[in-house]
Amino acid sequence: MLKSEDFAQELINTGYDFFTGVPCTIIGNLITTLTERPDVTYIPAVREDAAIGVAGGAYMAGKIPVVLMQNSGLGQCLNALTSLNLIYKLPCLFIVTWRGFEGKDAPEHLVMGKICEKLLDTISIPHHTFNPDNIKVLINMSFKLITENNEPLALFLKEGIID
Amino acid sequence: MNYREAITTIMELLNGQLVVCANGLISRETFTIRDRTENFYMIGSMGLASSIGLGVALSKPSRKVIVLDGDGNLLMNLGSLPMTGSLQPKNLLHIVLDNEVYASTGNQPTISNIIELEDTAKSAKYAYVKKVTTEKDLKRETVHILENDGPSFLLVKISDKEEQREIGRVTHSPEEIKERFMSAM
Repeated sequence: MLKSEDFAQELINTGYDFFTGVPCTIIGNLITTLTERPDVTYIPAVREDAAIGVAGGAYMAGKIPVVLMQNSGLGQCLNALTSLNLIYKLPCLFIVTWRGFEGKDAPEHLVMGKICEKLLDTISIPHHTFNPDNIKVLINMSFKLITENNEPLALFLKEGIID
Repeated sequence: MNYREAITTIMELLNGQLVVCANGLISRETFTIRDRTENFYMIGSMGLASSIGLGVALSKPSRKVIVLDGDGNLLMNLGSLPMTGSLQPKNLLHIVLDNEVYASTGNQPTISNIIELEDTAKSAKYAYVKKVTTEKDLKRETVHILENDGPSFLLVKISDKEEQREIGRVTHSPEEIKERFMSAM
């Protein structure tokens, strides 16, 4: 399991310099790390779509943003994804925790856990899923893809990949 | 005072400030009255103009950022007020045109005739909060917030009675709006 500090460092080394989002247990330590680091900004957002708005503004002002959220937040921010990120071609990396993976979770996570990949397929937002061996590769690839194609991209993060 | 008069009054006082316009009539009127590269027209994502403006303000502290918001938009994303208040960006000016209706869809009532939006901004710890109802006061207060540190919140009560006329739509594509706005940074 990768330390959250090292995961954060990888994102920062790659060039991401603005972080916002809404917590999930899986990224609890990661958010703490980002909040405590003096060299980057983490903005606690009240909702996932507000985080997307802040990230969009930050991008237009020169930052390369990351939005952190639980997959439940994808439902909350669907309109922001379709009528802000996609039509303005605003790059943003979404790190989305995958609750309800393979049906093993609390009831409220099961529906989104089953459909979260299909949901992003439906609105044509590319996505990949972290495993213990592809973390650096995916983070580096994500930066290249979002900045070259001017598009959002989601990386799903299941429990047990970072501490 | 109607939309057009309020937006005209505000836009005449601006030089290089960045402006993020809420969707619907606010973007369309601002585009029609004074299109400029420093204007970002948010054509979708209702509610998020204040969040986009916050992101710009935090990332460009050297520039004044004006959010031209509406009552319907603000009520949809009321959580943006405490986010801004907690972060205290000095360069953010939040101007809310409040006609107490969703004007873009035919004047269905919002709830801002009952809930006083300036009180929510005060609770959210904006550094300066004012409500104006006349063009003269709007002009004076806009000058004041442009010259002083924020975050500032200006509630502009306007009429829901608009003259019947055709109003254009923003003709730039979303990508063009983004690229122009970024070039104005």
